[in-house]
Parts: sequence; C-alpha cells; structure tokens
Amino acid sequence: MSSPLLALFGRELRIARSVGGGGAMGVVFFLILVSLTPFAIGPDLNLLSRIGPAILWIAALLSTLLGLDRLFQADADDGSLDLFVMSSTPLELVVLTKCAAHWTLTALPLIAAAPLLGLTLGMEPAALAGVAASLLAGTPALTLLGAIGAGLTAGLRRGGLLMAVLILPLTTPVLIFGVASASAASGGTVPFHTPFLILCGLSLMAVAGAPFAAAAALRAREA
Amino acid sequence: MLKYANPTNFLALAARLIPWLAGAAALALAVGLYLTFFVAPDDYQQGASVKIMYLHVPAAWLGMMCYMVMTSAALGTLVWRHPLADAAQKAAAPLGAAFTLVCLVTGSMWGKPMWGTWWVWDARLTSVLVLFLIYLGLIGLWQTIEEPAQAARAAAILTLVGVVNIPIIKFSVDWWNTLHQSASVFRLGGPTIAPSMLWPLLIMALGFTLLFFALHLMAIRNEILSRRLRRLSITAAAAEDPEVAGEAAL
Repeated sequence: MSSPLLALFGRELRIARSVGGGGAMGVVFFLILVSLTPFAIGPDLNLLSRIGPAILWIAALLSTLLGLDRLFQADADDGSLDLFVMSSTPLELVVLTKCAAHWTLTALPLIAAAPLLGLTLGMEPAALAGVAASLLAGTPALTLLGAIGAGLTAGLRRGGLLMAVLILPLTTPVLIFGVASASAASGGTVPFHTPFLILCGLSLMAVAGAPFAAAAALRAREA
Repeated sequence: MLKYANPTNFLALAARLIPWLAGAAALALAVGLYLTFFVAPDDYQQGASVKIMYLHVPAAWLGMMCYMVMTSAALGTLVWRHPLADAAQKAAAPLGAAFTLVCLVTGSMWGKPMWGTWWVWDARLTSVLVLFLIYLGLIGLWQTIEEPAQAARAAAILTLVGVVNIPIIKFSVDWWNTLHQSASVFRLGGPTIAPSMLWPLLIMALGFTLLFFALHLMAIRNEILSRRLRRLSITAAAAEDPEVAGEAAL
C-alpha cells in the first residue's frame, strides 16, 4: 500500500474518532436492533437460539448499510471528493481504502459484539463462533456493495433511503450464504465449509469488482 | 443503421414502426389467447389451471429480456454517451417491472392450486423477486436525479451491476432443488413440453415480445419529446431572465 493510501486510511480513522464523526453509531444501532427483536418475537429462548444467526445477520446488514450512505457524502460536501477524482492515485484504490477504513470502524466492532449478543439469545458456543466467522467473511462484501450505492447517491438530497433500496436486493446472496454458514456451524445437514467458502468467494468477488463500479459511479457525477 | 441514431430520424422511424408492431402484437395475442382457451388441451394432472402458463412463462421471459435490452442500452450510455441509449434505458425500466410483476402474480395464482401455497422462498421465486426489486430501485434512481444525463450514467452502472442476477434466475432451477420446475422449452435435447401446448406458448411469447417492442418504442418517443420540452422551457425561461440564460449555457 503506497503512502497516499495509508494517509487516507489514517484520515478516515481520525475523522470517525473526532467529534461529529459518529463512528460508534453503527454498533449501537446493531445493539438496539438485536435487543428489540426478542420483544417482537417473544422471550422463548429455544426459538431465539434457533433464529439467532438470522437476527444477528439482519441486524449486521442493516447497521452496515445505515452508515454507508455517509461514505462519500461528507467528501462530496466539502469538495475533497473532487480532489480524489482528480488526483493521480487511482480512484478505485481510494474507494477500496475508504471501504477498508469504514469496515474497520463499523464492521469489526460489530463482529466483536455479535458473540456477546448471541449469548443473550441463548445460542450455543459453536453457533457463536460460526456467526462471528461468517460475519468476518461476509461483511466486506456488504461494505463494498454498499460503496456502489454510496457512489451512485453521493451528492443527492434524498440519497439515504434510495441507497438502501438500490443495494439491499443485491445483498441477498451474501445474506443467504452468511446465515447458512452460521446455522451450519451449530449442526445441520450441510458441512460448515460449503456455504462458508461461497461466502468468502462472494467477498473476494466484491473486493475485485465493486471498487470499479463505485469509482465509475463517482466519476459519473461529474462531466 | 447509424442514420437512426439521430433522434429526429428515430422519431420518424418509430412513427412508421409503431402501428405495425402494435397491430402484429394484437393479432399474435388474439391468436395466442384463442389457442390457449379453445385449442390447447388441459393438463392431465393440473386441469384447466395449466392455462396460466401461457401468460406466466412469456411474462417471465420478457421480464428478463427487457433487462438485457436495458443492459445493452446501458452500454450505449457508458461507451458512446448517446442520448437515445439514455432514453431506451429509462423507457425499459417500468416495462420490465410490469412484466416481472405479471410473472410474479400469475405464478402466485398458479402456485396456490398446484403447490398449495401462494409463495415459497425457493431460489427461482426469490431471484425473480430480486429482479423486480432491482427494477423498482432503478425507477427510484431515475426519479431522484434531476439532471437526465447524470441519471442515465448512474442507472447504467446499477444496471450493469444487477445483470449478475439474470444467469442466477436462469440457472436457479438447476443449481438448487426448487419447488419450481426446471426449464422445459429452452434446454439441451429439445423441449419436453407437448407440441399441442408448445405452439400456443410460442405464439403468446411472440405476442408479448411484439407488445414489448411497441410499448418500448412509444416510451422512448415520449422520453425524447419530454426532453425537448424541458430544453424548450429552459430556453423560454432564459429569454425572460438573463440569470437562467447563464445556467442554460452551462
């Protein structure tokens, strides 16, 4: 990684930590979503432990996408996005770096919190490990797919909801194989590695393809 | 061919083609519906409810074909930046959404008597639902971005990303065990459907395709005209207000 990208990565972390960055908001949202679900479904621990992986994945999906509409918005507002587009560093790598920083700030704490929240849902230790592993493998795909939506809606007045509408249908495969591998970890007919490897493949595909789409979307705003 | 890339020439061509396409579509649909209801036999198991197939299957094909038309228009937008490709993209999205919705609704009505349920979350049904949601997202994108050329580029990128769903729809019945049956018309080794049912189905599919092209041409024509109207109203406003004139020049 060359030094401009390292500097960008550090800048993203500093902005999120500073006042007004709102870096921790995703995890808090995740916490609230998971703790609201038992009120909706009822406190039956057998049921909750069975659908626990699904609850955690849905909450992770929503809280990842919720923060993502801000990915390029602040940069579009203060003009630094135009500098990124004009700079000699490829825009695709800038997008990838911003996604990596965003993932570190929002997804990593969420993955750390997921097993603890899984305990409150009565999940088995094997299932907790499965959920954490599947989130670790799947959330990069969510962040990168979301970056496409963030690029498309950057600078729009009502971009937030539109971005979720555009991107949520595309996240279906990630959700399917994420929940499948999380459920397979706690026993079942499918071995854990089958859906898990597909999930890893989806993330790798997103890493390889999404930065190009997101960068093209950012360039499409101009000209 | 290149001559019709000019919007004015295209409008003239569309004006000549639309009556023929619409007439042919009406004829094919009339013949197809007659064959469906009076000639094609009932299924030995499903009885008369198999007639839903003659609407359901062509609607599903058109829902996917429309996406491919939109994808080629999206390439036209991104590669050649042609306003006609923008208009073709924008016109295709609501049509595709409508065909996909017809496919979903008729499939649901067919599923209730045959499978005993309106809906199952299997791979085929889910991937078609995702196609419908992508169409809705694209329509939302077109409605949100005000500047037409910018909206076209954004929609083109999203269309190209969403095209991964088309092979998933096509092969979902082969890759996963689904309640939905696998392909019986376009498959290696020829169709497994009886000729007495295949012919009405193909004529209905032809009717749906002609209908799509007629509606698509009409929608493109409307889009070209509404863009001209937009430009004219900006010019008219500019004549009154010099500040708007500056913006229009930009």
